[in-house]
Amino acid sequence: MTLAIFLIFAVLAVVCAINVVVQTHPISSAISLVGVMGSLAVLYLQLGAEFIAASQVIVYAGAIMVLFVFVIMLLNAGAEVKHGRSLMAQLLGAPLLGALLALLAYFVQRLYPRGASVVFGGFTHGTPLDIGRALFTTYLLPFEATSILILIGIVGAIVLARKEMD
Amino acid sequence: MDSFIVISLIKAAVVLAALLGTLLYLQWVERKVIAHIQVRPGPYRVGPHGLLQPIADVIKLITKEDLIPPYVNKPLYLAAPFIAMTMALLPICVIPFGPTIEVAGYRTWMQLTDLNIGVLFVLAVSSMGVYGIALAGWSSNNKYALLGGLRSSAQMISYELPLSLAIAAPLLISNTLSLRQLVERQEGSILDWNILHGPFPQVLSFLIFLIAGFAETNRVPFDLPEAENELVAGFHVEYSSMKFASFFMAEYANMITVSSMAVLLFLGGWVAPWPARYGSGLVPAAIFAGAGVVALYHGMHPGHRRDRRTLPVFGAVFLAMAAVFLLPVVQAWLLPLFWFCAKTGSVLFTFMWVRGTLPRFRYDQLMGFTWKFLFPVAVANLLATGFLVAWLG
Repeated sequence: MTLAIFLIFAVLAVVCAINVVVQTHPISSAISLVGVMGSLAVLYLQLGAEFIAASQVIVYAGAIMVLFVFVIMLLNAGAEVKHGRSLMAQLLGAPLLGALLALLAYFVQRLYPRGASVVFGGFTHGTPLDIGRALFTTYLLPFEATSILILIGIVGAIVLARKEMD
Repeated sequence: MDSFIVISLIKAAVVLAALLGTLLYLQWVERKVIAHIQVRPGPYRVGPHGLLQPIADVIKLITKEDLIPPYVNKPLYLAAPFIAMTMALLPICVIPFGPTIEVAGYRTWMQLTDLNIGVLFVLAVSSMGVYGIALAGWSSNNKYALLGGLRSSAQMISYELPLSLAIAAPLLISNTLSLRQLVERQEGSILDWNILHGPFPQVLSFLIFLIAGFAETNRVPFDLPEAENELVAGFHVEYSSMKFASFFMAEYANMITVSSMAVLLFLGGWVAPWPARYGSGLVPAAIFAGAGVVALYHGMHPGHRRDRRTLPVFGAVFLAMAAVFLLPVVQAWLLPLFWFCAKTGSVLFTFMWVRGTLPRFRYDQLMGFTWKFLFPVAVANLLATGFLVAWLG
């Protein structure tokens, strides 16, 4: 059962990810990206990280991607026009992609042999309680540093936007 | 294990039937409430007091011609009502209606499933609901629909912040994310409900939650996405037949979700306002008996000719309901269900009441209100609650 659900959503995630690149219209790409995020959330849920799964959907699929879609709609971006591919891309594209994937598979196999792979249900510390405790004890400094980084980002965005307005 | 599957299937069927029935009749109730606020009778022709009007509407919507304009982006145009409807119906599966009950020897919860991240699940699903509206607006390829979709996505992102902050404050007091435990920790009397619970009564965050809930469900006074006098019908202007009906139903399903979340988070869920030993178990019977007597009285002195026959029937039904509430056999599960429905119904009535009284906001007022007022107040409320819980709790 877990394996079936894993396979369904893993395949869905990969298909959606490929679709993000293949689609010509930005809205279709954005919706495919939402599909990737949703499938990833299900995979997190299977690994026992409920909180991460929920925040993945709330933050990425529910807020950031809505903003993406909003901006695409606001700019009324049209479909992308495909130009003819260069000779180099036509000849070397597929073999290079295959080589890269093979290399990745090889390294994953080397680094994580069969015994050390992830087991569904083996991890039970993904509850909001555990995450909260970890964030406010062990990882307090990185947590605060990240929030300051985000604050700087917000201030920077406002400064840039104001300059445009004047 | 087998009994678990069978019980779950039965519960799912019952909840779905009840939810769809409520959706059907909520619309009738709303039309009646708005009508009485505006001093007119409302639906009156189809069936007694217009009670068959929703069924007539459904038949009309199903048999209507389903028109798909040639210029729409077809896949997304077809997917949008589906997304809106799915995301509106999903949250009901984590909402608890009552405590454990025992039917034919099997004990089960009056809830489809209890997640330990129940609150987050509802937030996540409802935050996905905006895609239905935004995509409907965009894929219709129509300037009014596009403006409606744009407005709704901007509005829903903005109001999600105060909404989440308002939810976080009672969670600090209850210290759980499971909706079932949330209610169990508010057990006792009205003073144990989160809205009045120490160390910091959550009246403020209840109001913020309600206001943001109005905006999230695109209800008056925040119904800018479909403002009919400027955008015709906003995001669903190009939809007809059942596709239009699914947006309509999604809005009502979202209203039910927001109301039941307000009840679970702030108003103690299925818990009675005071303990049963002081007679809270008699309240439902008294209310129904009162309604029955009023209906009988008006049946004796009818305002319309038809009321002479219909109102005594209603009165008899209400009196029978009152008698059912006095039966000790059913009280164990009927009383919690009554309190849950009564509280949710009161919040839903507030939705309709506001729609009948308030005019629509201007768009800049809408945005200014949430960012400059609602958001800071919600942050201040959360900070105060956090400090007091850490200090006293």
